[in-house]
Amino acid sequence: MSQPKTIVEKIWDQHVVHEEEGKPNLLYIDLHLVHEVTSPQAFEGLRMSGRKVRRPDRTFATMDHNVPTIHRNVIKDEVSKKQMETLETNCKEFGVRLADINHPDQGIVHVIGPELGLTQPGKTIVCGDSHTSTHGAFGALAFGIGTSEVEHVLATQSLWQAKPKTLQVHVEGVLGTGVTAKDLILAIIGRYGVRFGTGHVIEYTGEAVRNLTMEERMTVCNMSIEAGARAGLISPDETTVEYLRGKRYVPEGEDFEEVKEQWLSLASDEGAEYDQTLTIHADEIEPQVTWGTNPSQCVPVGGRVPDPEQVEDDRDGIERAIDYMGLEANQAIESIPVEHVFIGSCTNSRLSDLRRAAEIVRGGRVHEGVRALVVPGSKSVKDAAEAEGLDTIFLTAGFEWRDAGCSMCLAMNDDIVPPGERCASTSNRNFEGRQGNGARTHLVSPEMAAAAALEGRFVDVRKYASTVGG
Amino acid sequence: MEPLKQHKGLVYPLNRSNVDTDQIIPKQFLKRIERQGFGQFLFYNWRFDDDGSPRGDFSLNSPKYDGASVLAGGENFGCGSSREHAPWAIQDYGFRVVIAPSFADIFYNNCFKNGILPIQLPKPVVDQLMEKAEAEAYEVAVDLEAQTIDGGGFEVAFDIQPYHKEMLLNGWDEIAVTLTYEDKIDQFEEKQKGVKTLGIS
Repeated sequence: MSQPKTIVEKIWDQHVVHEEEGKPNLLYIDLHLVHEVTSPQAFEGLRMSGRKVRRPDRTFATMDHNVPTIHRNVIKDEVSKKQMETLETNCKEFGVRLADINHPDQGIVHVIGPELGLTQPGKTIVCGDSHTSTHGAFGALAFGIGTSEVEHVLATQSLWQAKPKTLQVHVEGVLGTGVTAKDLILAIIGRYGVRFGTGHVIEYTGEAVRNLTMEERMTVCNMSIEAGARAGLISPDETTVEYLRGKRYVPEGEDFEEVKEQWLSLASDEGAEYDQTLTIHADEIEPQVTWGTNPSQCVPVGGRVPDPEQVEDDRDGIERAIDYMGLEANQAIESIPVEHVFIGSCTNSRLSDLRRAAEIVRGGRVHEGVRALVVPGSKSVKDAAEAEGLDTIFLTAGFEWRDAGCSMCLAMNDDIVPPGERCASTSNRNFEGRQGNGARTHLVSPEMAAAAALEGRFVDVRKYASTVGG
Repeated sequence: MEPLKQHKGLVYPLNRSNVDTDQIIPKQFLKRIERQGFGQFLFYNWRFDDDGSPRGDFSLNSPKYDGASVLAGGENFGCGSSREHAPWAIQDYGFRVVIAPSFADIFYNNCFKNGILPIQLPKPVVDQLMEKAEAEAYEVAVDLEAQTIDGGGFEVAFDIQPYHKEMLLNGWDEIAVTLTYEDKIDQFEEKQKGVKTLGIS
């Protein structure tokens, strides 16, 4: 019998175009997703050197980072407008399919890839965006690249890549009531830090991971980059197959049965060896809130801001983070008031995220002084949510209900948190200034964000146990 | 791309870990469609007040570091977003070498595409470099061919992948290199024909 292999090795071996001693492999790229911010210079590069897009049929573009989420066609910012127009011109010139701002397929690139069925097990997927790791939820090898590499993939449909090391994150047991995929990934990064994944592809395994829905798996894989990992993925199983059945770009009928077998055969073999394995226990994880300026700076909601006097490592960094965040050492997380709530982003803007937040919100009222935004991840998520009345639940409670885009995750459009103000956010990065210059971001799950909107401060969502399945 | 063989320059120490690309170049400057002109926005929110005046408490604004071209940083330098605007800003500001105990993968890769040499060294060595650069105007000479840094009585060797080294030494256009393998890509695609899951049309 051949040696057991991990899914990463299987996908890798299937995509090597060329290998040579002392060089990285030339790796074939099956799917290239493109957006307006990291592509203009790449297309310009092609134009200047007289090159073409090698495979427009394996390239798909959308607009997400800059787009307004209200008054859709009034783009006040001339520079944003130019960037979007440039993408449109480039896609037309190079024959690339584009879901533009008014297209029914428009949405955050990492939301629409899966929902259209472009994302499939075994594919190599790249995009000029670090959260491309999201697509790993399907058992694809998906990673973010810079603009020079975007140009390289456009021109050659391939990339020079050193074979990554593999890191298994094994999650035993079952997540508790009110504890979500977001809490799981935050807790993992909280424990192991923001660079334990550097140079590695993480494979998430174990009972708690197998129990996750596809949308929850996307939340976990999405934040692999926050652990420094090149990519994060989960071996395909029946959950993966059933999610993809009937999606637009997925084969149908007998063809589906055939590819389904191929997909399932990609799962890591029993006994496959990883370069490193970390094990954590799901039942120990509680709802998380970040207090600092990187995603590893998080604690359970019942916890406190750390005291720099009591830590050994990176005392300066922790002091600087506490200062930036306007907090006190030892302050109880539940005493922190919030002024903004953002439910959205490629981490947590899918239908199930909105449904779970809406369950918390139903019948409640956004706390005085809090501005709360729900930004669905795609036009299609928005339509589906409206069809089941989620918009009414949010609007009745005093939330704003917006059009799809990246929005307040990185504040490139008008959705900005003002300096010194605080936001409970379902996004992925609490870096300084991420949601606006001087803005203070606390990362949480959609449920925790919804509860914070109603209470005006962080609260343990398990208090709402009757609505979170308890 | 401009080749880089040897470089001698003033060291600027930025003694912070996890410097993310949002700090290197904040998002409000990502809307340009050109590659040039990002240097003025480097570390913008650290360098400037809300009204655009330089902040006295950020060391890069100190005249002491005028003309610095070697950036010494902390662990996990360049983490976060894949934005190549980060190396564009670093390069356009005038840095050609970045030295740190560890780099985020995407940033590290992006450097080589832009004529920047990222050098990974053990933390105690980087700390030593930083101390020297904090104490006085401190220059180092980097020799990529020999893989050494000479800081006047302070010499250290560094590792680099041969492929990356060649790329910088020659200032390669990577796409042109890859296109010499075009027949291999053709063959690969030929082999893939009939695979049912790949096309999106």
